[in-house]
Amino acid sequence: MIARRLLLAGCVLIGAWLVVPTLVAVPVGFSGTRAFVLPPQGWSLQWYENLFTDRRWWDATRNSLVIALLTTVVATVTGTFTALALDRSEFPGKGVVVALLFSPAIVPVILLAIGLFYLFLRLRLAGTIGGLVLAHSVIGMPIVVRTVTASLGERDRRIEQAAAGLGAGPVAVFRDVTLPLVAPGVFAGAVFAFLGSFDEVVLSVFLTSPQTQTLPVLMFNAVTREVDPTIAAASTVVLVFTTLLILIGMRLGRKGLVSRVI
Amino acid sequence: MATALTLPGPGAARGLGSRAWLALYVPGAALLALCFGYPLLNLLGLSLATPGLGNYVQLWDSPVFGTVLLRTFTTSAVVCTVCLVLGYPYAYAMTVVSPRLRDLLLVIVLVPLWTSLMVRTFSWLVLLQDNGIVNAGLTGIGVGPLPLIRNSTGVTIGMAQVMLPFAVLPMYAIMQKIDRRLLQAAASCGARPTAAFLRIYVPLSLPGVLVGLSLVFVLSLGFFITPQMLGSPSNALLSQLIYTQITQLGDGGTGAAMGFVLLLTTLLVLAAMVGLRRVAARSAR
Repeated sequence: MIARRLLLAGCVLIGAWLVVPTLVAVPVGFSGTRAFVLPPQGWSLQWYENLFTDRRWWDATRNSLVIALLTTVVATVTGTFTALALDRSEFPGKGVVVALLFSPAIVPVILLAIGLFYLFLRLRLAGTIGGLVLAHSVIGMPIVVRTVTASLGERDRRIEQAAAGLGAGPVAVFRDVTLPLVAPGVFAGAVFAFLGSFDEVVLSVFLTSPQTQTLPVLMFNAVTREVDPTIAAASTVVLVFTTLLILIGMRLGRKGLVSRVI
Repeated sequence: MATALTLPGPGAARGLGSRAWLALYVPGAALLALCFGYPLLNLLGLSLATPGLGNYVQLWDSPVFGTVLLRTFTTSAVVCTVCLVLGYPYAYAMTVVSPRLRDLLLVIVLVPLWTSLMVRTFSWLVLLQDNGIVNAGLTGIGVGPLPLIRNSTGVTIGMAQVMLPFAVLPMYAIMQKIDRRLLQAAASCGARPTAAFLRIYVPLSLPGVLVGLSLVFVLSLGFFITPQMLGSPSNALLSQLIYTQITQLGDGGTGAAMGFVLLLTTLLVLAAMVGLRRVAARSAR
């Protein structure tokens, strides 16, 4: 019994260590002074005002949103197609293809970042929105493949057979039966591709120009150079925004979300 | 229509023919080939461009690279240890509490995975700084202030928090499947609870521990943001050295060679994990 209580007390402490530090940015964002102090000396909304009026922060936010949305489209389309192809086709060496598909998760991101940096310099894609979307999609696509494959595995194939048996053509079966069945997986994958891009720093540090700087890159650069509580305000906005997205994602495809990490 | 009606096998949509489905590979394969395979091969070429493996020989001889590589290994090992010590009891607790409490513990461990890495690292920066709240507390109880930032301590604290979910989730996935009646059986055969736990539960949970820790180790080896923000140039890790090499020194060949040493190390750790798992699986039989 004592051992059990100790175990639970330990879990409470570990849980606090996991969750509480993340919330620190919130009060700092409302600080009255230009300092990262806790508790803040006085309160103000000036950093939020700065976030929404300063050109630099506003452009970075817009860039991040545009890049994340485009990445979501590219990663979701390519990922869903690939997952469907994996589900429907059998050929020798399929295992190798699967391994290659997931290899972006194993290769250190910094290595990919410098590889793309040199490639994009030659292709004149360095510092462009298009280049960033392609780079982020490489990370996002395997995640979509995984969530869609998970929901393809869970579906009852007999429903598709029944539809075909009742006279539906292959295209109709796919559009009216298969696609709705895997929609939660597609959606969960899309949410993760969006979040992955929105939060990506390593690739972006190498591949953005001052004009295409994303929010995390601006935060990264700002934190190492200046004490600006606008970073905390931006953090809070990001925190609220991503939490909302996750909650929506959980509502619509819980299994897909968990399968990503285990 | 007739073809669809005569399809007895799984996947009614096979009516389109397996070959048509192969076309769906094209967009994804093109993306990975152009933006993953090609740049990496290109980079490998760049790292080998000097005669006689020059870039790699130079790294082998460089004391700085050796120190940084060793430091990266040590830091990753320390992070792994912290994740094992904190993660194992946490994962174990998830298997013995009520389902509602278990869901809560699961959500808590998933929260860090879902929140922005930048936000969390920034928060650690605020907490651990010299005049931060943690140091104020330490001064209050007469221990501090301690240097918690711009050194390995800060990097380890920040990294361990980021990595803990990757350790807990695989451990939990395995522990969840362990038949707890084995422990009762051991007890009824006269084993003390500690002995039963150590000799039955721990070996059975080992595959999960192995997966979790190798994941943490591999991710730590290539970690960039947290060490860059919480550490200092004088205790740089490998990815920071690569970053400096490329962005400040413009030395692509050396930077690329360092990157491939990192990749090779990562692959070796993963291969060792797979090998150990096989051995563990064989000895369990």
